[in-house]
Amino acid sequence: MKNLMIAIVERKDFQSLFDALKKKGYQISGPTLRDNAVIYDNISSVEDLPVGWTDKQDAGRYRLEKSDRASLFGYVLGPQSWKKFLYPAEHTFLNISRNGKRFEVGSAEEEQQPQAFIGVRPCELQALAIYDRVLGEGEFAATSYQLRRKKLFITAVNCIQPGGTCFCASMKTGPKATGGFDLALTEMFDSGRHYFLTEAGTKLGEEVLKQIPNREAGEKDILAAEEALRKASEKMGRRLDIKDIKEMMYRRFDDPHWEEISQRCMTCGNCTMVCPTCFCVNVEDTTSLDGREAQRLRKWDSCFTVDFSYIHGGSIRATTTSRYRQWMMHKLSYWQDQFGMLGCVGCGRCITWCPVGIDITEEAAYFRKEDK
Amino acid sequence: MATTVKNKKTAPLGTADAMHIRPFSIRRVVKESFDTFSLELDPLSGEKGHKFAPGQFNMLYVYGVGEVPISISGDPTRHKTLTHTTREVGTVTRAMRNLKVGDTLGVRGPFGSSWPVEDAVGNDVVIVAGGIGLAPLRPVIYYILAHREKYGKVVLLYGTRTPEDILFRKDLEKWRSRFDLETLLTVDRATGAWKGNVGVVTTLIGRAPFDPLNCVAMVCGPEIMMRFTVLELQKRGVEEDKTFISMERNMKCGIGLCGHCQLGPTFVCKEGPVYCYRDLKDVFIKREM
Repeated sequence: MKNLMIAIVERKDFQSLFDALKKKGYQISGPTLRDNAVIYDNISSVEDLPVGWTDKQDAGRYRLEKSDRASLFGYVLGPQSWKKFLYPAEHTFLNISRNGKRFEVGSAEEEQQPQAFIGVRPCELQALAIYDRVLGEGEFAATSYQLRRKKLFITAVNCIQPGGTCFCASMKTGPKATGGFDLALTEMFDSGRHYFLTEAGTKLGEEVLKQIPNREAGEKDILAAEEALRKASEKMGRRLDIKDIKEMMYRRFDDPHWEEISQRCMTCGNCTMVCPTCFCVNVEDTTSLDGREAQRLRKWDSCFTVDFSYIHGGSIRATTTSRYRQWMMHKLSYWQDQFGMLGCVGCGRCITWCPVGIDITEEAAYFRKEDK
Repeated sequence: MATTVKNKKTAPLGTADAMHIRPFSIRRVVKESFDTFSLELDPLSGEKGHKFAPGQFNMLYVYGVGEVPISISGDPTRHKTLTHTTREVGTVTRAMRNLKVGDTLGVRGPFGSSWPVEDAVGNDVVIVAGGIGLAPLRPVIYYILAHREKYGKVVLLYGTRTPEDILFRKDLEKWRSRFDLETLLTVDRATGAWKGNVGVVTTLIGRAPFDPLNCVAMVCGPEIMMRFTVLELQKRGVEEDKTFISMERNMKCGIGLCGHCQLGPTFVCKEGPVYCYRDLKDVFIKREM
């Protein structure tokens, strides 16, 4: 990566990034405003970004506010994550047609137009790395995920302004992107200037960068961005101590505190829907009215539903206590045994979007205190 | 109707896609008990049989209704025909029950871990089954009987709720008449003209003829039955790393992607369903894990 370009792109030239990606045939997706939130959707120009907006986040709280400067990436994360593009919430994977006593099975997977993401945060790069491990590798990989992932162009954005529920610094996933991107931007303001320190992470990224008006970044530019990111690290809203967390949480499996959390948890499943690493899905079957065509669909599912663990005779996890524990212990303990990595990236979405503001960092800290 | 499946541009899949269903034709339906039946299946896609290891399962798909994980209950040494035994307990198994000879059933698999029939060579083998738990163990018995000289004493302990719940009666009659296989049966409640043992299956363990220090135990049944069976086996001195159990969980994919079958740190569809008790003992006792 050392030999790849680092350059300065001025704000006025930023549209060229969109143009260069479009020219290469990419469908561009990125942050945009909808329903008083920053969401991810297909976008085509700088104007589609939430220009001049910032967000205020806390447990169970999300508000957009006008920023005092016309930043392009002055907010952090909204409720959605990139999994909506790579592993859609609803996806048909088999078409089956019936002919008398027989049926024929055909794949519904389709070749995908290459996608380019603009505005992927460092914690979300880690979430993609986790998805790659969970869905993209191993004996059985998810075909639909692989088809989308292999053609993906990633423009990351480093976080100089962390949000109120962010805790990436303690998870060692941010606020600076260290890999897994084609381009990484740091949005900088300096005495009236508005520019992007742009780092290529791949040859492909460099190729795209060369098509955008830029000048070589000097040591001063790089140091200024590093200083901004160092400050961001210190401004992090929350913290989760991950030292030996797997073993620590295993020891708290029978802690009565789970019961206390369950009195607040409404098992709505919001945390699993907004989580960029939650991957559980259900498979559903539909048939046409005449019964001649059937489809198999994959849909996002949540371990917070009673049905999730149902086997004949009842559900394995019938209580709220057990279902909240399953989710949190999966993120922090089981995931490490299953995939050799943590299942949490420190994005803070589950804290912001929990209707009652349950905070994974707070609960983990409580268990750690109990453990001493 | 000759409707072709409507695809735009289908991506290349090949055998790599384990979510793809293969159609099998039902050759025979066997009623095993009032609520349990076996299906014998032949592949329609031209493949020659269906190789599997004892203890593995398939995902079985009923057209338009859904898919369920069902263990393979047939003979692993004769894999031309695929045999599954299941109890009617839910929407899919009820629909399966209504299928007739010549109908099509979708199959994905085989998936999961298997009973250690190779590692057990040279040992006594104790097979303990509760209710329909005999279905995933029947391939073990077929396998061992086909290679009988390789094993020491072989014991089958089988318990059901009532005599009406006893599965595979023809097999059991044959097995009971053999001199190289000890078969003991018991029922929780004696009904009708039952003259055999009464009591839970664990009561048979104490008097079963095997060498506890030189034996492999394979146990399948309800979790509560497996828990007490393992305790009873341990009382006799059977080692926990030579004790194996088979777990059951909700499964939607069978390949570790849907997340439903998680049992703490493991996926029952991948690391299971058959586990060495030593590896599972810490999570096995945790309620609602």
